[in-house]
Amino acid sequence: MKRFIARHVSGLPKSGIRDFFEIVSKMKDVISLGIGEPDFDTPWHIREAAIYALEKGKTHYTSNLGLIELRRAIATYVGKHYGLGYRPDDEVIVTVGVSEAIDLALRALLNPGDKVLYHQPCYVSYHPGVALAHGVAVPVPTRADDGFALNAQDIAKAWQPGCKVLMVNLPCNPTGGTCDRARLEKIAQFAVEKDLIVLSDEIYSELLYDGTHTSIAVFPGMRERTIFLHGFSKAFAMTGFRVAYACGPSELIDAMMKIHQYSMLCAPILSQEAAVEALARGGDGVQSMREQYHRRRDLVVGRLNAAGLACHLPRGAFYAFPSVASTGLSDRDFAYGLLNSQSIAVVPGSAFGENGRGFVRASFATGFDQLVEACDRIERFVNTATPCSAPSSS
Amino acid sequence: MNPVLKLLIEGGYLTTAQMAQVAGLPEAEINKHLEQLRSDKVFLGWRPVLDLSRESAAAVRAVIEVKITPERGGGFNRLAQRLSRFDEVESCYLMSGAYDLLIFVNGPSLQRVAAFVSEKLSTLEGVLSTSTHFMLRSYKEGSFLIDAPAGEADRLKVSP
Repeated sequence: MKRFIARHVSGLPKSGIRDFFEIVSKMKDVISLGIGEPDFDTPWHIREAAIYALEKGKTHYTSNLGLIELRRAIATYVGKHYGLGYRPDDEVIVTVGVSEAIDLALRALLNPGDKVLYHQPCYVSYHPGVALAHGVAVPVPTRADDGFALNAQDIAKAWQPGCKVLMVNLPCNPTGGTCDRARLEKIAQFAVEKDLIVLSDEIYSELLYDGTHTSIAVFPGMRERTIFLHGFSKAFAMTGFRVAYACGPSELIDAMMKIHQYSMLCAPILSQEAAVEALARGGDGVQSMREQYHRRRDLVVGRLNAAGLACHLPRGAFYAFPSVASTGLSDRDFAYGLLNSQSIAVVPGSAFGENGRGFVRASFATGFDQLVEACDRIERFVNTATPCSAPSSS
Repeated sequence: MNPVLKLLIEGGYLTTAQMAQVAGLPEAEINKHLEQLRSDKVFLGWRPVLDLSRESAAAVRAVIEVKITPERGGGFNRLAQRLSRFDEVESCYLMSGAYDLLIFVNGPSLQRVAAFVSEKLSTLEGVLSTSTHFMLRSYKEGSFLIDAPAGEADRLKVSP
């Protein structure tokens, strides 16, 4: 059957997370720090809004762009928190998660062979997303000694003729890395100079623990070349609702809408109704969750460093990304060893690209008591670790 | 806010050693904060949150609305404080609205609670009337949902 599969699909490697998931899911009593979603349940008032919408018979299609009340609420929220003005009528589209928004944007922008700069380590779908849109992904390495922050020189070094798009995810999954305003401005200047369109995935922007978040779209010349991507999954703990949005110049949003209307049609109406409630009354919940993540971050990063795993302080998101070099193990061997001997799951950094090799991602979206226990066991593992081999990667 | 008070509110199940790790403070410092909260009478004591309906010797609980006569100079305080001293009384609140005090009581049996109301509570001078409601079932106790399905089991063990 393989001959029937399109070449650009059969050429895609399986996600490094997938094979690890298969093993962990068969094990019992594992404390998992491998989960890329909040441990908090969606605040009840948001869930209740979805139930109420269902009771009221809101079970039909919405506009392709999404409910106008939601788009209005999004425009207000993005204006208030990011200082960006978008028209709800034609500059905002509601999507099924940021992943769909990225897919729409890449398919709308790329001709076969167009090149896309993205920083790495990065979210697992960036590289495949580019390949599925017939583009060529060009990684820009970020480094632990720089807090995995992005900088313009590294982008310039990676740039090559044919680069059309720059994807940024700040704060970043898996590193928690981000950029201060001055650096971001230099990146913006580079994007203007090289006439790049920027896809700015700001899904973790509410979960920033030090400093203030700045969107790259605020700098001169950027609004017209930026697609601002955001959603409800992380800040409002709404992963399963699959609801997000893209804001940008109307021509770009219109191009994305064409693909969306012929594929997804619209985001589920119940999720959109819940999202309206989240924006109207969800602020306190976000604040409370951020405070708890903040304390967990300080705990986990402190404990990992004390255990001998060098770990930078992630400024945002809910992941620690320590180096496992001090153990003499590869990231996969470390993750499998830790899983087998201590029943703790972390994700090998190489699942997030070549530049993640030698690191592991430990999510602190888990309760305090579990985190304390997990840190104890990691420390025990580091003290007794001897190189052993993980199953070979498929 | 006192960092230990915040931890008590958000995760009272942590031991002082765990609090120390979470707050990034030495355990002695946590104990000092706890002592301070105690002496400020903010932190009054530990109490487990229990679902006693699962116990065969479950207590009977009732909530009683009490109308009382306020006194010149002391208002409702003297009588409210006097009522609060009974062991049967778990909590006692001064309320706005149709009655003055709302009292939560518990006892080993319906008869014992009824006896407390008829023999102790309603016979006190200044108590004008009582209205007793027995609790049939708990759905939420001290912020904990009872018999609600757990969400954690639904999360995938590893996800991107």
